[in-house]
Amino acid sequence: MAGSESYPSGTPRWLLAELTYSCPLQCPYCSNPIDYADHTHELSTDEWRRVFTEARAMGAVQLGLSGGEPLIRKDLPALVEHARELGYYTNLISSGYGLTEEKIVELKMAGLDHIQISIQAPEKTLNNYLAGTDSYEQKKTAAQLIKQHGYPMVLCVVIHRHNIHLMHEILEMAVELGADYLELANTQYYGWAHLNRDALLPTREQFETAEAIAQEYKEKLRGRMKIYYVVPDYYEDRPKACMNGWGTTFLTIAPDGMALPCHEARILPGLNCPNVRQMSLRDIWETSEAFNRFRNFDWMEEPCRTCPEKSKDFGGCRCQAYLLTGDMNATDPVCSLSPQRDKVEQAINEALTASLDPAEPLIFRNSRNSKTLSKPTD
Amino acid sequence: MATPLDNSSRLVFSPLHRLQWEESQRKYVILYPEGMVELNLPAAEILKLCDGTRTLDVIVVELEQTFETSGLRDDILEMIESALENGWIRILS
Repeated sequence: MAGSESYPSGTPRWLLAELTYSCPLQCPYCSNPIDYADHTHELSTDEWRRVFTEARAMGAVQLGLSGGEPLIRKDLPALVEHARELGYYTNLISSGYGLTEEKIVELKMAGLDHIQISIQAPEKTLNNYLAGTDSYEQKKTAAQLIKQHGYPMVLCVVIHRHNIHLMHEILEMAVELGADYLELANTQYYGWAHLNRDALLPTREQFETAEAIAQEYKEKLRGRMKIYYVVPDYYEDRPKACMNGWGTTFLTIAPDGMALPCHEARILPGLNCPNVRQMSLRDIWETSEAFNRFRNFDWMEEPCRTCPEKSKDFGGCRCQAYLLTGDMNATDPVCSLSPQRDKVEQAINEALTASLDPAEPLIFRNSRNSKTLSKPTD
Repeated sequence: MATPLDNSSRLVFSPLHRLQWEESQRKYVILYPEGMVELNLPAAEILKLCDGTRTLDVIVVELEQTFETSGLRDDILEMIESALENGWIRILS
């Protein structure tokens, strides 16, 4: 019966525009590629405008303006204005650092719909340590200004071993700041987070305690604040339906114009992701090798190939399979049916051992580390 | 949801959401931070009338006229209640 189930076919609904890899923060779980400092040739204002126009014509409706820190782009208001004219719902995904009242007003005038900011921890010292930048007070002020100016606000807090014990305080902070949505994002181990996994991955017990607190608040705050809880997939026994299926919904454009089926995909070897400087978005979406590489089910190995759940989770995440097993065609090892599930258990055990050493260092995301680490290794 | 819903409640679409026709899907959608809900036509017709001037009673009367039918109240009420719960609309106090 392999191949008889239908794979969702669709046009991009979500366009994630990573406007720049530059960022004043240095979060050690950043999802940008480790070698981001090598990709410096950013798209121009006109190139971004063309990307927005083409994706909108194909049916994209949600636009994420992200980075790095998108506020660094001086043309941000001009890009927002163009996007809003096209009918996008425009989401600014920012650290909140550098988000002054003047910019909040300017972006509102340009038509920005929503602002998401991140806070690293519900107290100053830890926030500033994790961000690698003295940013706590500025972020809190930005959050208040966002609400004052009538935007819906998503507060994003990335959860890991250094802040998971503060779940209660995180939730109280979100209430105090008047967040409409709180995204509790358990760290996904890609990019810099993968590099720092031993120092970031909490224990199962820590996860369960934190999740119970989040659930309790979810009930308590019903109708006031929505809580999005991003599950920690190492502690699940089925993989996530990554990107809602490869090449079905999501389209990411990296700062240098590389088009990606998910924002991590540039790590996959030999994928040859196309660039918007060379191809139209329609050709990229419909005919490029990279966007077709994991569509449908033919590429799958066992146990996915004959699995009745393959049309539900699409075999999980290709980048996770590659990072954990070295084979991007493998079943996502998060799955308990994966013959390589032991790779996940091993990662959990390594992190547990590392947690006994409080001096386990974090490698911060900055250009110096990026350049040092991106030298090819085996 | 402090204000209870009654026949004279004036309903208004939430400023934190956007109701929009999507040509590529031939559907009305509700857009909000990082999300989208596709609406069927009756739901969209109800929500379009939640403009801050009309009451529940007026919405029922207008829709029954538009669709040249009667007995729509229960269906409309069900949709309104669900929209309130989802935060798509609010009751003007």
